[in-house]
Amino acid sequence: MTTDTPAGARVIFERPELLADRSTHYCPGCGHGVVHRLIAEVLGELGLGPRTIAVAPVGCAVFAYDYIGVDFVEAPHGRAPAVASGIRRVRPDAFVLTYQGDGDLAAIGTAEIVHAAGRGELLTAVFVNNGIYGMTGGQMAPTTLLGQRSTSSPGGREASFHGYPIPMTEMLAIMPGVAYAARGSVADAPAIGRTKQYLRRACEIQLEGRGFAIVEVISNCPVGWGMTPTQSMERLREVVAKEYRPGVIVDRTKEA
Amino acid sequence: MTTATIPPAPLHHGHRVLMKGNEAMAEAAIQAGCDAYFGYPITPQAELLEWMARRMPEEGRPFVQAESELGAINMALGAAATGARVLVSSSSPGISLMAEAMSYMAGSEIPMVLVNVMRGGPGLGGIGPSQADYFQATKGHGHGDYRVPVLAPSSIGEAMALMADAFELAEKYRTPVFILADGTLGQAMEPVELQFRTPPRVAADWAVTGADGRPPRVVKSMHLEPEDLEVHNRHLQAKFAQIAAREVRWAGEHLDGAELVIVAYGTAARVARTVIARARDDGLRAGLFRPITLWPFPSAALAEVAARARGVLVVELSAGQMVEDVRLAIEGRTPVAFEGRTGGMVPTPGEVLDALRRLWAATTADATRPTREARP
Amino acid sequence: MERSVVFAGFGGQGLLFAGQVLARAAMDEDREVLWIPTYGPEMRGGTAACTVIVGDEPIGSPVVDAAWAAVVLNPPSLAKFGPLVAPGGTLVVNATLIEAESGRDDVDELRVPCTRLAREAGDDRLVSVAALGALVGRTGIVGPDAVIAALREILGRKHPEALEADLAVFEGGLAFGRAARAKVGPAAVG
Repeated sequence: MTTDTPAGARVIFERPELLADRSTHYCPGCGHGVVHRLIAEVLGELGLGPRTIAVAPVGCAVFAYDYIGVDFVEAPHGRAPAVASGIRRVRPDAFVLTYQGDGDLAAIGTAEIVHAAGRGELLTAVFVNNGIYGMTGGQMAPTTLLGQRSTSSPGGREASFHGYPIPMTEMLAIMPGVAYAARGSVADAPAIGRTKQYLRRACEIQLEGRGFAIVEVISNCPVGWGMTPTQSMERLREVVAKEYRPGVIVDRTKEA
Repeated sequence: MTTATIPPAPLHHGHRVLMKGNEAMAEAAIQAGCDAYFGYPITPQAELLEWMARRMPEEGRPFVQAESELGAINMALGAAATGARVLVSSSSPGISLMAEAMSYMAGSEIPMVLVNVMRGGPGLGGIGPSQADYFQATKGHGHGDYRVPVLAPSSIGEAMALMADAFELAEKYRTPVFILADGTLGQAMEPVELQFRTPPRVAADWAVTGADGRPPRVVKSMHLEPEDLEVHNRHLQAKFAQIAAREVRWAGEHLDGAELVIVAYGTAARVARTVIARARDDGLRAGLFRPITLWPFPSAALAEVAARARGVLVVELSAGQMVEDVRLAIEGRTPVAFEGRTGGMVPTPGEVLDALRRLWAATTADATRPTREARP
Repeated sequence: MERSVVFAGFGGQGLLFAGQVLARAAMDEDREVLWIPTYGPEMRGGTAACTVIVGDEPIGSPVVDAAWAAVVLNPPSLAKFGPLVAPGGTLVVNATLIEAESGRDDVDELRVPCTRLAREAGDDRLVSVAALGALVGRTGIVGPDAVIAALREILGRKHPEALEADLAVFEGGLAFGRAARAKVGPAAVG
C-alpha cells in the first residue's frame, strides 16, 4: 500500500493490505469490524494471504468475504468447521480459517465444531460471541447471559425457562485434539491488543501442525442489545467479560 | 447391518471380477480419480464407506468418517470448492440430511457426486431396497429452484461406468450429480468387466486455492439483492436447460414393434427384463424403456415410443413416483398403468407379468382405440 | 435359462459364503451370475439367506417367483423357503438340524447330514460348504472343479489355513450328492 506521507511525518496507523478499502455493512459500533481487521493484520504479518482459504458463516459475518481479501467459501449455517475440514484434507498446504458467530457455532453447528476439534483438525477457528442473533433481529442465542433481554427472551433469559448459557470454548478446551483455546475481547484497546496476540498464536499453531486452535472473541451488538455503542462496550467490559472471562483457556503446545 | 463379502481380488483393468455393488461403485470412483471421500455409516450403503476406509488411504487420498451426514456433505462441499473430485454416499435418511448442502452446492455451482443407495421410507423406514427417493432426487431435495443430473444404473457394471460419467458431468456443468441406486444394487454381487476410466480434469478457474497472484475468489450461493439473485437464477436455469438438451440418456430393449412398453429404471428394470422375456414367450409383444438419466427425464424419446404402443406399464419400487413423469411425457395419448411395491419389497416377475396381462386386456378391450393385430 | 438357488439358515452357518463360492464358480465358468443377500425385511428370527442366480445371459430380476433350488440349514428356513422351490426343483435339507420333511412330493428333496459330513471332514462349522457340495453333486449347477478353484482363490487370499478343511468338506458333500443322484437319477429341472 502506498500512502503519501508529508515530510517529517510517519505512518503509525494504516489499513492492512488484506482488509478491503470499503465501508462495511455492520451496524455502527459493531465488534465484527475490529475482529476482521485483526484477522487481516495477522494474516498479513504472517504472510498467509496467498495461501489462506477461509470459511464464512451464516449470520452477520456472512459478508466477511467482502472485507477480508482472501479466498472464501460460504458455508451453510453452522457447518463451517466441516467445510473447513474438507478443505484441510485436500489442501494440506493451505492455511484454513473459519469465522463463526455464536448462533452458528454454539447452536446449529455444535456437532460440527465439536467433531472438528475432536479430530484435532489443523484449523484456526475464530468464534465471535456477542450473545445474540444479530442478523435475524436480536433473538436469544445459546450464549445469551441469564437475565439478558432479547426479542425471543423478552423478559430476560431465565435458567428454568430458557436453560443456561453454553460455555463453548471451555467445553472444547477439554478435548485433547484442541491445541489452543483462548478468549479475547473487543471491549477496549488493551483487550484488542491481547486478542490479536491470541489470534496470531492460533494461526502459528496451525502452521506448526500442532492441532486445532480456537479463539473466542467476546463482542458487542449495540442494536441487538438496545444500547449505544459506548454503553455496549461498557456492558461487554463490566458484565459479559465477568461471565466469559478473557484469557488463554488451554495451550497444549506448552504442555508438550 | 452389513453382509460379509469375500476379500477382493486384485483389481486390474480388463479383468472380470465378482464385486458387490457398493464396493464396485467405490472402486470405480477411486479409478475415476476421486480425490476425497466423506461418509457416515448407514445401511444398505455401509460397504461403500468401508471400501473407501481401506482403499483411500492406500491411494494416499483423504477419507473421513464424519460425525453425521451433515458433516460428511459439508466436508465434501469444502473439498470440492477447492476443485477436488469428491464423492459422498449415503442412503435415504442420510440423503435427507444432506439436502441442505445439496442446495448450497447447486447454488454455489460446486461439482460433486452423491450416491444414494435407496432404502424404504418414510422416516427411518426400513433397510430393504426401494426407489421411493425418486421425487427427492429429481424434483427437490433442498430448497430453491434447481435441478441436478440423476443417473440410475441397473447393473453393477453400469454403476461403475456411470461413476466416471457422473464426475465428468459434475465438472462439465459445475453441479452436484446424483447416482440413484437401491439396496439391491448396493448389496448384490455380479461379475463385472473392470473398465476403469479417469475423466480428464477440467481447469477449475473458480475454485478456492489461495489467492496467490490473483484476486481472491469466493464460492458462495448468497445474493442478497433480489435483482442479483434473479440474474444468478437465470444463469442456473440456462445451465439446466443445456443439461436437459444434451445429457438425456435411456436404453431400450425389444421396442421394435412393441405393443406394450414397460418403463422402469434400476432394479425394477431388471425385473422388467425378466418379465418381458416371459411375456414374449407368451406372445405378448412387450419392450423395455429404461431411463438412465432420471433428470433430465427422457420425455421426448418416451413419448415417441409410447405413441407406437397400446399401453405403458410403469414399474417401480415405490408407490408411484416416476410414473408422474411418464404421464407428463405421454400426455394421455397412451394408457399408463402402474405396478409397484413399497417398504423394501421388490415386485416379483410374476406380479409384474400379471399387471402386464391386465394392461393388455384393458387396452385391447378398449374399442375406442384403433385396434391392431397384437399376437403373432 | 436362469437357475436360482436360495441358501438359508442361521447367521453364522456360512450361507452367504457358500453362495459367494457358488457365484464365483459360475463366473469362472464364464457364466452370468448374481448373488444377493436377504438383508431386508425378510430377515427375521436370526435367519440369514442369499440367492444366487446363474444364467447364460445377463441376469434379469434379482427376485424370483420360485427357486430352481433351495438349500435350507435350519427349521425356519425350511418352513419359509421349502414352498418357494419350483415344482421339479431341488431342495437340499440339513438333516442334522431339521427333523421335519418339506411335505413336497413335487420336488427332489435331498436330506443331507451336513453337520456330520462337515465334522467327518474335519470342521463341523462348515455346514454350508457340505450342503454346497451336495447341491453341486446332485444338480451339477456348476462343475466341482470350478467350486474347488473358487474355494482356493477365495480362501487362499484370506484364510489359507482353512482351505484344506473346506476342500475336504466340499468333497464329502459332493460325494453324498452324487451318490444320491446315482440312486434316483438326474434331478435337474428346466
